[in-house]
Amino acid sequence: MARHSSAYQRGSAFPLPAQPPPAPEPPATVAGTGIGTAVPGAGQPGQPGEAGGGSGAGVGTETAVVIQAGGVSKRFVSYRNRATSLKERFVRRGGPAGEDFWALRDIDVTIGRGQTVGLAGANGSGKSTLLKVLAGILRPSSGSVSVHGRIASLLELGAGFNGELSGRDNVYLNASLLGLSRREIDRLFDSIVDFAELRHKIDDDVKHYSSGQYVRLGFAVAVHVDPDVLLVDEVLAVGDEAFQRKCLAKIAEFREQGRTILFVTHSLDLIEQMCDRVLVLESGSMIFDGPPAVGTKLLRQKLGSLPSDGPVDWQYATVRPQSVMFSHQSGGPTTVQFDPGEQVVISVELDVTEGAPEHVYLHTYIVGPEEIAIWLMETPPGGFRLEPGRHVVDFVVPRLPELLGAFAVKVHVSDAATGVPVTTRRFEELFGVSGSHAGGLLKVGYEARLRG
Amino acid sequence: MSHLADAPAPATGQVMASTPPGPRGEPDHAADSSRLAHRSRAQTKVRWELLRNLVRKDLKVKYKGSTLGFAWSLANPMLLLVVYTFVFQIVLKAGIPRFGIYLMSGLLIWNAFSGSVSAACGSVVANANLVKKVRFPLAVLPLSAVGFAAVHFLLQLAVLFVVILVLGYHLLGPNLLLLVPAGAVAFVFTVALSLLVSALNVRYRDTAHLLDVALLAWFWVNPMVYAFSLIEDRLHEWTWVYLLNPMAVVVISFQRAIYAPPAGYSTGHKAVLPHDGYRFYLEHLAIAGATSLALLWIGLQVFRTMQADFAEDL
Ligand SMILES: Nc1ncnc2c1ncn2[C@@H]1O[C@H](COP(=O)(O)OP(=O)(O)OP(=O)(O)O)[C@@H](O)[C@H]1O
Ligand SMILES: [Mg+2]
Repeated sequence: MARHSSAYQRGSAFPLPAQPPPAPEPPATVAGTGIGTAVPGAGQPGQPGEAGGGSGAGVGTETAVVIQAGGVSKRFVSYRNRATSLKERFVRRGGPAGEDFWALRDIDVTIGRGQTVGLAGANGSGKSTLLKVLAGILRPSSGSVSVHGRIASLLELGAGFNGELSGRDNVYLNASLLGLSRREIDRLFDSIVDFAELRHKIDDDVKHYSSGQYVRLGFAVAVHVDPDVLLVDEVLAVGDEAFQRKCLAKIAEFREQGRTILFVTHSLDLIEQMCDRVLVLESGSMIFDGPPAVGTKLLRQKLGSLPSDGPVDWQYATVRPQSVMFSHQSGGPTTVQFDPGEQVVISVELDVTEGAPEHVYLHTYIVGPEEIAIWLMETPPGGFRLEPGRHVVDFVVPRLPELLGAFAVKVHVSDAATGVPVTTRRFEELFGVSGSHAGGLLKVGYEARLRG
Repeated sequence: MSHLADAPAPATGQVMASTPPGPRGEPDHAADSSRLAHRSRAQTKVRWELLRNLVRKDLKVKYKGSTLGFAWSLANPMLLLVVYTFVFQIVLKAGIPRFGIYLMSGLLIWNAFSGSVSAACGSVVANANLVKKVRFPLAVLPLSAVGFAAVHFLLQLAVLFVVILVLGYHLLGPNLLLLVPAGAVAFVFTVALSLLVSALNVRYRDTAHLLDVALLAWFWVNPMVYAFSLIEDRLHEWTWVYLLNPMAVVVISFQRAIYAPPAGYSTGHKAVLPHDGYRFYLEHLAIAGATSLALLWIGLQVFRTMQADFAEDL
């Protein structure tokens, strides 16, 4: 994954007389896109574990991978660590070291031709950064990115316009930067202006445009330059209702034309409505890559708009209760049959991924028939400190009470520091306790007397 | 790109527009991947058309609403010509005949050089909005600054030629051919330095200030307001050190090409120009050209390395 593609990064794609032209693109006909395609025998490029089976977003066969990012991380060097003048560069070396900031951590994503992908996450989670890295505007600190085809991007409040120029000149300039010839722009110009509905303003300086007008023009240019990949960063929010509808219609049209769209939005409804797939970022890590229905549910919970006990599907959680085992001794052979008074060890196996809480707290319920909780076992206060990887938590019950029946285990995972729930899993596995009494869950001491 | 011309986005919707939603995809034509690769490259390659558009844009922004402004920028050096002629020839008695022409023949190329370099220096920073939003070949920014200055230079040169011809001095002849190698060296050197400082200035913002000071000092180590013979008289066998400066070589070559001293000033101790023939100039231009190419290589390397971080540093 450390391969560096020279496909388009700014650092490397600067063909000059003295320099050989950039190496030809790797063949874009690589069949398997890793997005749940049904291409037989196609290698599945590394998808993050979180994606699990969830990345099959129900998209038909693709012919080409359009965006491929492998192990992409982005570190922003703290301002204090960076010389900002030549004087500093040569005079004052090694000032106080500041903390560098990782805005993206090890992102793997493969997007095939024709997919519409939503990118979601809290403020500051790295969405815009990821989009800029994919657009070739920021260089990833590590990892590789390759994008095939013409990219049109609308990043944070609009295309790059020059305020001193009229709308008309900006359209020409922008389209020219995006790779169009003058003749092509001439042909598209009217269509662009009509789409933006700015004919009366087109000869005014762009600095006098309202933010909505600015975005209208930017969007109109971006969709008219015949892009293969359209990257949009929550700019639509600025447009009025009518224009938003128009943009969404355009995006829908693009979907049908088999273009690739990646857009950032905070509107979960929009994701459910428009996307084939959603990527969710949290503190720079991709915590989810899969179908919108699941992703939005996860997001709603992350953002606190779902009740906190509404479970995140355990498969998509950062701490995944993988399995539960029963035995007499810690590490001993597993069994499912116990007698009252015996020792039982209930072992919960956890898969901890990047982005998990540092201290993990478990509530483990032993549930009986009708999901009645029989008893509760918790981790010590403060939880367990778990590194990413696989861990087993043993709950040792020295003497089983006088029980009768089959019991299951339900595990609640939460962040020990904040109490925020992570996930819940109710395991299907049962263990049986064969109490000596004839019926009922529990054997208690009693006497039967007739009064009087 | 011509084969793409018939594939615009709007309503015509060339690809699969009629496919109902649901499983999508596109017929895999063989040319597809190379088409994508081609379009991908088109966004990162320095294209002439884009450069031309940017230069045109710069001209438009600079002379917005004033054709007079443009005419003024052409007349400006000619006004200087008159002022300097008066000061140096009449007041200071500098001893260089036709001083105005002498000055202009060196000054125009110097102005083009220093104008390019200082405009290029701020070009990336000035276009931060584009750099941070659009993926395009960033080198067009300093290059368009060079183009902008080159347009002015060529027009000013034409005006100078007209003035010389009107005054009835000698101009037309094989001497003019010297402009080709001299212009080429000046161009390469200017591009090289422009790339270098434009990239440096993004991270080290004091580059622009240092450059201003450097250009001010640099002006005086070119024989523009004094005769080259003055330098030869002082430096003797060390004159070659002075000529390590590619701009000094360019300047004396331009003077040789454009300026014709009146009889009696072309040879001997009163000579204004170092040599009558061309060999001296061509030899030094070759050295200056080699220096410029080396600098161009450095400039390209620095620009290529630093451009990836422009968006972050801005
Ligand atoms: N040039 C930069 N230098 C230093 N830090 C940066 C830079 N750009 C972004 N960051 C940091 O990277 C993190 C991710 O920023 P980003 O803009 O990608 O967030 P986002 O997910 O788009 O958020 P929002 O929803 O608010 O748009 C933030 O903490 C931000 O402060
Ligand atoms: Mg953002």
